[in-house]
Amino acid sequence: MDPATSPSSPSPVAGPAITPTSPVNYDDESVKKFIIATLVWGIVGMLVGVWLALELAWWPANLGTPYLSFGRLRPLHTNAVIFAFTGNALFAGIYYSMQRLLKTRMWSDKLSAFHFWGWQAIIVSAAVTLPMGMTEGKEYAELIWPIDLAIAVVWLAFAANFFGTIAIRKVQHLYVAIWFYMSMVITITVLHVVNNLAMPATFTRSYPIYAGMTDALVQWWYGHNAVGFLLTTPILGLMYYFLPKAANKPVYSYRLSIIHFWALVFMYIWAGPHHLLYSALPDWAQTLGMVFSVALIAPSWGGMLNGLLTLRGAWDKLRTDPVLKFFVSGITFYGMSTFEGPMMSIRGVNALSHFTDWTIAHVHAGALGWVGMSIFGMLYYTVPRVWNRPLHSVSMATTHFWLASTGIVLYIVAMWSAGVTQGLMWRALDANGLLQYPNFIDTVTTLNPFYWIRLVGGSMYLVGTILCAWNVFRTATGPSLSSPAGHPAATPHLEA
Amino acid sequence: MADSWHRRTLEHRSALFAALTTAAISIGGMVEIAPMFSMPIDTTGISNYTPLQVAGRDIYVREGCYNCHSQMIRPLRSETLRYGTWSRAEEYAWDRPFQLGSRRIGPDLMRVGGKYPNAWHFEHLRDPRSTSPGSIMPSYHWLIDDKVDPADITASINALRRLGAPYPADLDVAASMHADAQVIVDNLATAKVTVEPDREVIALIAYLQHLGVDGRKKWGDGTTADAAPVGTPAEAP
Repeated sequence: MDPATSPSSPSPVAGPAITPTSPVNYDDESVKKFIIATLVWGIVGMLVGVWLALELAWWPANLGTPYLSFGRLRPLHTNAVIFAFTGNALFAGIYYSMQRLLKTRMWSDKLSAFHFWGWQAIIVSAAVTLPMGMTEGKEYAELIWPIDLAIAVVWLAFAANFFGTIAIRKVQHLYVAIWFYMSMVITITVLHVVNNLAMPATFTRSYPIYAGMTDALVQWWYGHNAVGFLLTTPILGLMYYFLPKAANKPVYSYRLSIIHFWALVFMYIWAGPHHLLYSALPDWAQTLGMVFSVALIAPSWGGMLNGLLTLRGAWDKLRTDPVLKFFVSGITFYGMSTFEGPMMSIRGVNALSHFTDWTIAHVHAGALGWVGMSIFGMLYYTVPRVWNRPLHSVSMATTHFWLASTGIVLYIVAMWSAGVTQGLMWRALDANGLLQYPNFIDTVTTLNPFYWIRLVGGSMYLVGTILCAWNVFRTATGPSLSSPAGHPAATPHLEA
Repeated sequence: MADSWHRRTLEHRSALFAALTTAAISIGGMVEIAPMFSMPIDTTGISNYTPLQVAGRDIYVREGCYNCHSQMIRPLRSETLRYGTWSRAEEYAWDRPFQLGSRRIGPDLMRVGGKYPNAWHFEHLRDPRSTSPGSIMPSYHWLIDDKVDPADITASINALRRLGAPYPADLDVAASMHADAQVIVDNLATAKVTVEPDREVIALIAYLQHLGVDGRKKWGDGTTADAAPVGTPAEAP
């Protein structure tokens, strides 16, 4: 335990001391815009997800139109929740926390504005092109090459703003949250560029410079590390800032944060081939992917423990503070997913789980649980502060929490059951050594009840998000903090 | 102490921190990906896609078929029994982008070529439930109405040629597509299905009927690899 590791206490070895009388004029307008975009795109992305769940449970929901057919709509769902919902949330959390950690306004207001509007334009263009069938056909990297170029430009503008702010920082010491943000900025740049190198055929179509299994390996190196460096490390960064702040406790272990940071960023990159077990990828590459995936439990749980143990002595606050409720739930799902993922990377387990809904259960435990709940924790912390108003309704936030938690459980239990059921049916042999279910369709119709349960769980999560958006809207337009309605969770005390 | 070195040195020097992070995230990818470029791929017997098949593959990618169908048969007994012999790296040599998929909401399509008649595919794409009762696949009736533009496919062929695909310089894309499409149209006519040769459904059928055919010729249909129990790799050929 080290007070220097808490963002609320300046490091003793930090640079020039900031006197309380020299407040920095933080750019919270950008934070507000990113928060609004987070909620708008979050609702859109989750609504599309719910619709897809309905299409699988009841195929007429494809509505007979190409634009809403499952194959075209699913990439819109994944891109929207990853790059629009999570992306905007990360930018909101990073803009909010890095300014305060570095006691420095974002380097360039123009870059901040370009970053925000450029990112929204990319999302809109994705929402238009994907239902039209304009795609590169690589999972989570479907967007066509002109949009890929736009992503590169906007991302580099963000990177310039990020490193520019670090360059002019007034606190010399870089707090652990900044390390995790930095690993995202660097790694996503590399992944995006390398995976999307392609030869254009027309303005809307291109072919990757890699072919066959090489393309597959590059894609899953990208795909797995998009999970690692967009959905894991920056969320850990948010955890390292917002959790100690909300709990008013220093981070449990500074040394653990060093060890698990470097272990995580080094080892994550190797794990991509676990998406290609039993494929035509060379065995040595599959084995490397499996070994590093299993080893990833250690740094992942290092992060989980550092988060949960930060709450030592503050667990009672969970009863009242929605921020802590959401973060603790998120971290718990992180621990669960980062145990499940390595298990699924073991060849023998993967033989059963791969190609089934078990994978869908796994990613949603991570996405709805770890990523989503942490984002909501961050939102309930920042919204009252950037709008300088008490949260409109704590009980509504608590309702959101229980809706989301119950929804996740329904979702993942249904998908686990569906996945294991289908996996076992695929491999079942009869007494003669022949397939017990030779008609594939039998393994599909069996899943129908699970798909309806998943639809209910996903819908509950969506309703929770809509409640959150309504709560934020009422907070932003409600009475300011000067009114006596303020409650402790909403008291701004962070400018110190 | 390593801790204090980390604090005094790294945590105060952003450029050094960024450089070390870049190094840490680069090693794994380089070690795993770089050797792929020098691996020998023997494409003997694995034919490149014809222009009509390229058109069909573009449609396959456009409709996002990979979201529900894999093209990757694992060397497990339950898989080779259901789908045929397992996938080899050579078979993907002409695939840009790869379409291995990650979820089988529907069955694997690696070796679907030759498994069903053209008319089955036509009916199945028009209304999946007409051939597969209980199917949850969307109806792709628009493929029967929409036309393939040979100029568009010429652009695809040119791009693939720039990436090294051995299409002859004097290849007449439109003529090649029309000739191949007419064969399928004539075959469909024998099953009393009437359709114009320029329709997308014909290109998609051409692509689907090519899937896995070369590999099956080269390595057999997989039914001889009976010895391995479920969950363990089937025996090598």
